[in-house]
Amino acid sequence: MAEITFWLLALFTIASAVIVVTSRQLIYSAVALLFSFIGVAGLYIYLWADFIGVVQIMIYIGGITILILFGIMLTNKITSVRISHTSVQRRIAAGGLTVLLGLLITMIIKTPWYLVAASEPTQTVESIGKMLLIDYLLPFEVVSILLLGALIGAATLARRGR
Amino acid sequence: MYLEFGTVLAFTILGIILLMVALWLQKLLAPSNPSKLKQSTYECGEEPEGSAWVQFNIRFYIIALVFLIFDVEVVFLFPWAVVFRELGWLAMVEMGIFLVILLVGLAYVWRKGDLDWVKLNMKNARGRYRRFAEDPNSNKNF
Repeated sequence: MAEITFWLLALFTIASAVIVVTSRQLIYSAVALLFSFIGVAGLYIYLWADFIGVVQIMIYIGGITILILFGIMLTNKITSVRISHTSVQRRIAAGGLTVLLGLLITMIIKTPWYLVAASEPTQTVESIGKMLLIDYLLPFEVVSILLLGALIGAATLARRGR
Repeated sequence: MYLEFGTVLAFTILGIILLMVALWLQKLLAPSNPSKLKQSTYECGEEPEGSAWVQFNIRFYIIALVFLIFDVEVVFLFPWAVVFRELGWLAMVEMGIFLVILLVGLAYVWRKGDLDWVKLNMKNARGRYRRFAEDPNSNKNF
């Protein structure tokens, strides 16, 4: 049952990703990217990383995809230009991807995988919370400063256009 | 964990199937007789003008960026909320510091006027919005 779920999730993710690449309309690509992200979130949960799965849904689906859609909708002269993209340099891309695929397959075969028979956890959020607030308190607070920097930087860059 | 998320998956698949059945049923039962008028976009009874793809106000982008930052913040609130009862005041103070640092950012964008709304750019207004381009004062009621 778990095997079937994995293959269904992988198929769903890859099929959406193929639509992202091949779709001629930019906005269709963005919506297909959303479904691809949902599939990846399912894969995370399949790997017992439920917190990462929720983060994937919240940030990538709720944030990044919306930002990409906004980016398309905010594009200047969207009414006069047919918003589409064409696939160029297919041969170079195919060559590069073949090399990358070969490297990945070699890596998967050569890596000595250690199989650890762990028991299925009920949830991981609690241990993550304890680690954040006790063991890794300083990095946790530094994340806040990092987010502050990102916010100010994004606001400054977005303001410059006006 | 698989059991809980299996329920989520089952409900998702069930939702998709229900929607497909509903759409298939309406296709089966409803008579299909399309005309040009029927297929035009409904715009509150007005005749639609131009394309629905218009350039959105650039202000939405900065709001989306601010939203994204606080979205990431909420992700950190999840594990905190789960262990809050156990750790008590220590967790409260730690999260307080975290939030205060981020509130500085909110105060910054607020003070700099990034959250203010601006008037629409009516320079390229077309159709029934053209009167706004000719007379900027009529923008008030928009």
